[in-house]
Amino acid sequence: MSEEKKFRWVGTRPIRPDGIDKVTGRANYGADFALPGMLWGKVLRSPHAHARIVSIDTEKARTLEGVRAVITAQDLPDLFSEKARAQGGHHDMNDLAQNVMARGRVLYHGHALAAVAAVSSEIADRALGLIEVEYEPLPHVLDIEAATAEGGPLIHEDRVTQGVEASGPSNIAKRVEMGHGDTEEGFAEADIVIEREFTTSPVHQGYIEPHACLAQSASDGRTTLWCSSQGHFAMRDYTARLLGMDLSLLQVIPAEIGGGFGGKTTIYLEPLAVLLSRKAGRPVKMVMSREEVFRASGPVLGTRIKLKLGVRSDGVFTAGEATLHYEGGAFGGSSVMAGCMTVFAPYAFPHVRSIGYDVMVNKPKGAAYRAPGAPMAAFALETVVDEVAARLEVDPVDLRLRNAVKEGTLASFGPRYKRIGCVETLEALRDHPHYSAPLAANQGRGVALGFWFNAGLQSSAGVNLNPDGTVTVLSGNPDIGGSRASLAMMAAEEFGIHYDRVEVVVADTHSIGYTDVTGGSRVTFATGMAVIDAAAEVMRQLRERAAAVWEVDAEKVLWVDGEARLEGDDEREPLSLEKLARDAGRTGGPISGRAALTARGVGMGFGAHICDVEVDKETGRVEVVRYTAVQDAGRAIHPSYVEGQMQGGAVQGIGWALNEEYVFDADGKLENPGFLDYRIPVASDVPMIDTVIVEVPNPNHPYGVRGVGEVPIVPPIPAVVNAVHAATGVRYRDLPLSPPRVLKGMATPDAA
Amino acid sequence: MARVVLPQVLAERAGGATEHEVPGRSVRALLAALDERFPGLAEALSGKVAVAIDGEIHSDPLLEPVEEDSEVYFIPRVGGG
Repeated sequence: MSEEKKFRWVGTRPIRPDGIDKVTGRANYGADFALPGMLWGKVLRSPHAHARIVSIDTEKARTLEGVRAVITAQDLPDLFSEKARAQGGHHDMNDLAQNVMARGRVLYHGHALAAVAAVSSEIADRALGLIEVEYEPLPHVLDIEAATAEGGPLIHEDRVTQGVEASGPSNIAKRVEMGHGDTEEGFAEADIVIEREFTTSPVHQGYIEPHACLAQSASDGRTTLWCSSQGHFAMRDYTARLLGMDLSLLQVIPAEIGGGFGGKTTIYLEPLAVLLSRKAGRPVKMVMSREEVFRASGPVLGTRIKLKLGVRSDGVFTAGEATLHYEGGAFGGSSVMAGCMTVFAPYAFPHVRSIGYDVMVNKPKGAAYRAPGAPMAAFALETVVDEVAARLEVDPVDLRLRNAVKEGTLASFGPRYKRIGCVETLEALRDHPHYSAPLAANQGRGVALGFWFNAGLQSSAGVNLNPDGTVTVLSGNPDIGGSRASLAMMAAEEFGIHYDRVEVVVADTHSIGYTDVTGGSRVTFATGMAVIDAAAEVMRQLRERAAAVWEVDAEKVLWVDGEARLEGDDEREPLSLEKLARDAGRTGGPISGRAALTARGVGMGFGAHICDVEVDKETGRVEVVRYTAVQDAGRAIHPSYVEGQMQGGAVQGIGWALNEEYVFDADGKLENPGFLDYRIPVASDVPMIDTVIVEVPNPNHPYGVRGVGEVPIVPPIPAVVNAVHAATGVRYRDLPLSPPRVLKGMATPDAA
Repeated sequence: MARVVLPQVLAERAGGATEHEVPGRSVRALLAALDERFPGLAEALSGKVAVAIDGEIHSDPLLEPVEEDSEVYFIPRVGGG
């Protein structure tokens, strides 16, 4: 990639192609689809955190007038052991099957155990009330302490701890360990050793659009599913595998998506809607209520992290050690592995070790949430780093710069870093006027650094040249963070044509090649490369057509600024894209290109945030008064979307730090399943989030792109908590910093 | 020979060591060589881990080329949000 390359579109801010549809209501989300004869599907959910299902009697529900189908786990095929591959094996199909419909036992409050389809939503609700279930309540475990207590109740009596030789049955699903060097030696070299323990509460991704789908199953098995998700191929693969269908028989048509943040990379309603439709012979629509979204989808659950940092008096880190416990819900599968891998990732450590435990609890099955596992780990590390800076009386950014990773540094998770922008990001933060701006009374400033891997994975793209010279790009990724715009801009850049001449379509599973989810901050990077390759194929064909018209060798034809030119012949009239497109039928037929790839050369990402808070010392309320997010984007294709990702991540992190938490009662029932009692920040809660895009190009991408969507949720928690410390003098180590907790901390600083 | 580093959890299955010098010019060849030395190790690794070849992470590799002096880390696979 040439640093000197001048771009026409990359780096500009054209109007977003999905904007008008979204603000005028024309965009179709998951719940907007309807078909003639459509039924409404509803789910019966467990009132217990843990219970044996003694019996389910659906007779009265089935015979209610207007009810067309009732299903339980008995209607699903038997379980099998194959791991789902659509996301690289992250989901265990056995667990997924048991999560969408309980078998034998319910494992959390809200666990699905039956579903009905009826001619109206009201009749479906009444039918649910007629299903008679006899439960035998079982003891439950709701947190890490209870789940790991000796002799406590087991969620799965047949499960042992992966990663532990000769483990007996346990609620610890997995133990992982990684690191290098000898931490004992490292701590012996340190002048300061600080060890602290941190906890975070369960939070939900908080997407505004509830899960929704519409399924239509024909008698020959062919099925169409309209749904809102982060990846319709993943929805197809999980649903079809769970129901024992050929993938080719299930067409999934992507709806517009109203937020996912990782939480819409798995299935809940989809297989139930297909089964109900199959059984009723009618289309079936299912839409979760907000309460169901909170009780049965998403969350990222609670964590407990013990972290120890060794530092020399000159500020050099000598050793880091962390023990991380992450709740994974009723089936395990937490993001503790990523927590272990990211916790020390921003800094160079000669000696480092992290040990992780994936803990099962009687709570909903956890799902991914933006840089899964990293924000909680960063909370632990970055607040200890802040404490070290204070102890050494050095500037916290200078301390971070002293230890920051760079190209060639051995990463705490294994390999050596390639070209990264950690140092450049910290320097941009240090040089920002916000960092040295004065503070008012009761205000404090915190900074924090964050890391995320970003992903490559598999992408397909198509480029069709239309007869009028416009270009249609086909993508297999739902557009969440602006990929219609970024893909169109890259195509326009390649062809040398106006951005307005390119239209990007999110194509369904029958119309484009396999594509992994819109997740892992990967679409502009990976699918962008597929679009660039497909455009190159189209331009190759265009040069061939021009060569045929001119009766010259194709290698003599150049493609420059949207037209074919004959090399070394300035007299020859160039052939424009429009002319070649118009004449395509006479010169060989329609022109189109396809590309499919496993994207290599992911550029890892770093972000650093500055947060100013003002603390009301009478009420304990924390207000974020100024906030700046700095991030290395590699190359920002559409800077407004990059800034939007940075702002959105910052706000979600602020909510995680200050407000958000699941509140369970002693019986394991979620007490705040709605946005009134589970409060995410709204626009009036936060200041304008200032942004600084740093560009250290990823040398493996034609334009230098790194992923940007996940990094910005990593630094906010510690940035906020460090700011609250600066304002109050109290080191808070348990989230969220709700007013009662802040007040308590100020009253008893040692207990915070 | 490539310098291969295995996850800590698999050290016991690889003679107690995480670091090994392994011949082979692709991930598949490294896996075959490792399996010959430590039977069953390829099964424990194949399709379940990511591989960082000279600092670049590949989430599900098989045929990726490996240089004579490459550093190859088998590391846990991480999902995204």
